[in-house]
Amino acid sequence: MKYGNYKTINNLTDDQNNWAELGNNNIQLIKQKIMDTLQDTEERLWNYIDGVCNAEEKSAIEKLIDSNIEWQHKYRELLQLNEIINSSDLEVPSMRFTKNVMEEIARFQVAPAAKNYIDKKIIWGIGTFFLTMIIGILIYAFVQIHLTSSGGDSGVSGVINKYNPGNVPWTKYFSNTYVNVFIMINVVLGLLFFDKYLHRKKDQSKQKEA
Amino acid sequence: MHTGLTDTEIIGRVLKGERQLFSELVTRYQNYVFTLVLRFTDNREDAEEVSQDVFVKTYRSLADFRGDSKFTTWLYTIARTTCITFLRKKKLETTSIDNERTMVQLENQESSFKANIIEQKSRTAMVNEAIQLLSPDDAQIITLFYKAEQSLEEMGQILGMEPNTIKVKLHRARHRLKEKMEKHFSNEVRELQND
Repeated sequence: MKYGNYKTINNLTDDQNNWAELGNNNIQLIKQKIMDTLQDTEERLWNYIDGVCNAEEKSAIEKLIDSNIEWQHKYRELLQLNEIINSSDLEVPSMRFTKNVMEEIARFQVAPAAKNYIDKKIIWGIGTFFLTMIIGILIYAFVQIHLTSSGGDSGVSGVINKYNPGNVPWTKYFSNTYVNVFIMINVVLGLLFFDKYLHRKKDQSKQKEA
Repeated sequence: MHTGLTDTEIIGRVLKGERQLFSELVTRYQNYVFTLVLRFTDNREDAEEVSQDVFVKTYRSLADFRGDSKFTTWLYTIARTTCITFLRKKKLETTSIDNERTMVQLENQESSFKANIIEQKSRTAMVNEAIQLLSPDDAQIITLFYKAEQSLEEMGQILGMEPNTIKVKLHRARHRLKEKMEKHFSNEVRELQND
């Protein structure tokens, strides 16, 4: 009986703890939700003030500002902060600043453009070197393949069998660490060049649009 | 001297040998560069030295300006890298200074700002001091957006980040600036709100 009572009390305490924990968790969740909503409101309002939201979002925010007092209040607050930051002046260096710079640059010459002194032949040379290496490795790999056929295979079917990619022990030739590292470097370089190329294309299209 | 020439025209003529025209670019952008550099440095002397260095570097590498972006975007990229180099160099020079001294400096800075609350400040001084209380990253993002009039895309080019990342960082920086202003300049903010 005593044990039973103890167990009941213990369960009750556990339950109370669980409830308390649940309550705390809920409060935390509600707090987090409120914070998220506030942050979301601020973010949307800043986008509206900065003029970086689309027409649909703009009209939605305008409606919210008109109808919701909280949004109205927050909008005024952020607008005021925006005006305060905007209205502040720039810092000014000393009166002699331009003169000092001009005196300093008198000692220097404009350096030739980097594209002029980077010899294109060197770039081409590096490219050729890597390309030759890749071709070399591939040739080496193919030479290592024993072009032997299982007895009886002759003619066209024998040749197909010899060159069937499924019959080539690729792992034997590409398990070498150095070869793998080399291939990885080339893949990374290739991706970098491709990324650069895409960026350039993107910039060019943006400039055209502007 | 006000030539009425565009930045690109000035650069073209400087590259052809009219070195003196470079002073027009310095005059045009010295305040922007100086403000941006001041966000990284503790004092005006350092800021002036670094800003000077920025213009010298810009002059020396003028031939590399391809005109793909605005001259200011390119100039601020140089300003940012020069500031980072300056900070790195300064950090190396002061490695002997222990954290305690740095903490004392920070505390002094904080207390001086608290003391300044009593004083009435001009709007500019208040905003600039509040920006100075932010981290260099936050401060430069706010300066680039509000003072240097750079778009999110241009800021992305300068800082080497995606425009969306810049947008989020700008929101956060403004939020932190608001907190600093409310904490250290509550009187002034209230007064401005009543204006």
